[in-house]
Amino acid sequence: MTPRKKQPAARKKSRIIKVDYLARVEGEGALYLRLKDRTVQDVKLKIFEPPRFFEAFLKGRHFTEAPDITARICGICPIAYQMSAINAMERICGVEVEKPIRDLRRLIYCGEWIESHVLHMAMLHAPDFLGYEDALKMAEDHPQIVKDALRMKKIGNELMSLVGGREIHPINMRVGGFYRAPARHELEAMRGELEWALETCAAFTKWASTLEFPDFERDYEFVAMRHPDEYAICEGRLVSNRGVDIDVDDFGQHFREEHVAHSHALQAAAVGRGAYFVGPLARYNLNHGQLTAAAQQTAREAGLGETCANPFKSLLVRGVETVYAISEALRIVDGYVEPERPSVEVEPQAGSASGCTEAPRGICHHTYTIDGDGIIQRAVIVPPTSQNQRTIEEDLWEFLPQYADLSDEDLTWRCEQAVRNYDPCISCATHFLKLHVERE
Amino acid sequence: MAKKTQGSQRPKLAVWKFSSCDGCQLSLLDCEDELLDVAGAVEIAYFPEATRAVVKGPYDVSLVEGSVSTPEDAQRIQHVRRQSRVLVTIGACATAGGIQALRNFANVEDFTRAVYAMPEHIEALSTSTPISYHVFVDFELRGCPINKTQLVEVIGAFLLGRRPNVPTYSVCVECKRRGSPCVMVAQGIPCLGPVTQAGCGALCPAYNRGCYGCFGPMETPNTAACSAQLQALGMDDPQLTRVYRTFNAWSEAFRRESEIHDA
Repeated sequence: MTPRKKQPAARKKSRIIKVDYLARVEGEGALYLRLKDRTVQDVKLKIFEPPRFFEAFLKGRHFTEAPDITARICGICPIAYQMSAINAMERICGVEVEKPIRDLRRLIYCGEWIESHVLHMAMLHAPDFLGYEDALKMAEDHPQIVKDALRMKKIGNELMSLVGGREIHPINMRVGGFYRAPARHELEAMRGELEWALETCAAFTKWASTLEFPDFERDYEFVAMRHPDEYAICEGRLVSNRGVDIDVDDFGQHFREEHVAHSHALQAAAVGRGAYFVGPLARYNLNHGQLTAAAQQTAREAGLGETCANPFKSLLVRGVETVYAISEALRIVDGYVEPERPSVEVEPQAGSASGCTEAPRGICHHTYTIDGDGIIQRAVIVPPTSQNQRTIEEDLWEFLPQYADLSDEDLTWRCEQAVRNYDPCISCATHFLKLHVERE
Repeated sequence: MAKKTQGSQRPKLAVWKFSSCDGCQLSLLDCEDELLDVAGAVEIAYFPEATRAVVKGPYDVSLVEGSVSTPEDAQRIQHVRRQSRVLVTIGACATAGGIQALRNFANVEDFTRAVYAMPEHIEALSTSTPISYHVFVDFELRGCPINKTQLVEVIGAFLLGRRPNVPTYSVCVECKRRGSPCVMVAQGIPCLGPVTQAGCGALCPAYNRGCYGCFGPMETPNTAACSAQLQALGMDDPQLTRVYRTFNAWSEAFRRESEIHDA
């Protein structure tokens, strides 16, 4: 998820540029480390992505096409892109949807959190802690853990398919609502599996808390959405533990993509402060009190306090959030009343607005301008991974010295594990490291 | 979990990524019920999305996701082909260039200058093209995303040495099988189903939505007749151009039809 920026001609000297371009979401990156004895001299994290030009070719498309097009940015979290685009378009056109539609959106988003979090926890991150190269090898020694994880992940995917038609690039999401609202009995059929998953995920998280976590904490600026009535997923204001409390439309005034001198990689930073942290750990630290009782209990049993500043423990926080998403899905299923109509009419209005939602890996922020015919004039998309990129580098600066004696191979794995804390996107996270270690 | 056959005897499977969203290779991990069985039947020798382990080639079956859009990738696909006994492309990016092939209709130099701070650092080809433009492809599995049942069928077929059973008829056939009333006839909703290859199970019409072409053109599509019907339902030329220009925009039939309506 590397954003590329446009540097307006007038600003070329300032080295502060705006995101105008989103390259692909997944793929190869590289890490360059320079060590002198035990001292880190340089850390460069680059994500190489063949440019896909989303923000460019969105111009000229109809505003109703944005959800289906932006879904294709990421096969792992298409709902995040669809919902952020939909929110922005509905804000531009002054549309508010009714409760059943809002509930269904939250339900499908819970499905995405479940499938994405379980995939990352069990199949990508946990093997690092146990020294396995992948979940399949882990399955040889821990078959039940992996089987349970696959079943939980499937439940997340089933929720997405039930509401969205399919789990990857769902077809049922539209500006104004849905093409078809599911019948109540269709949702009720999920109850049994969700109840099983609630217990299983709590047990999984407790098991995960027995893994060995590096003793590593930093004083981060956490940024997440906050909603007065619920643990924010689809809507809310943007807040941070450094005093940010803003409407999503004001994102660009507080957070910028800045040009980094050492490479042409561009990284997000809080204006005047620097690196910030988005994703499960940020949400947990900022909104812990809004988690359900089941999720809070899971956190306690996993040994987590009300705050957590150890990025390696994001594995446990994902477990807590998964328990939350499952209990939230159960609540929505129980209270679901079929809407009278699956969507509301949306007439285009010329204007600009932002939409922001909490993708599994952190805030996914879109801004669009459309004309009176509904044709997109401008699109700016800031995905979560670009926002965490600088924090990942800073973690490595602090984290590396204690492991400087490791062989290149072991050091590589340690670095991969530290990067995977951020679930940067599965492809990046698992093979991004072409590690170059220079030792002086 | 399926009992493993001897490690050395298991065929080696590799999964490669080019320019894409990762959704199609994720489909393999989304085969939750089959994954451990597949991993028992084949040796997952190279699959960076799932494992950091790498087993050297050559590979019996390579699945290739994504399109070729950089000079480096144009070389890398040659390397992949040389190491692969069978090469199967998966998804609209690999089989048609993907949504990123919309650049093929634009001037990419302008495009790059317009969107990048430092265009000199951007190594992008002027086109995003399917893998089959670059190397011989044994089988193309369509879809944005692919259908995971079809994926398991294709892997199974090549392991057994037979052709995959993947139909090339239109979405209309799937609609009839599913018992969905035609959304175009009954509700007047524009639909690309008559010219789009089956594979999704006629998903959109079952949700009161017209097909939007995820699986690309069917075998010998009559796009002119489809466009005439879409026009009768009120679509103008810019809309017709856009409707053919999505994830399979650079597939021959959709590209030609879009150009007819592109003013």
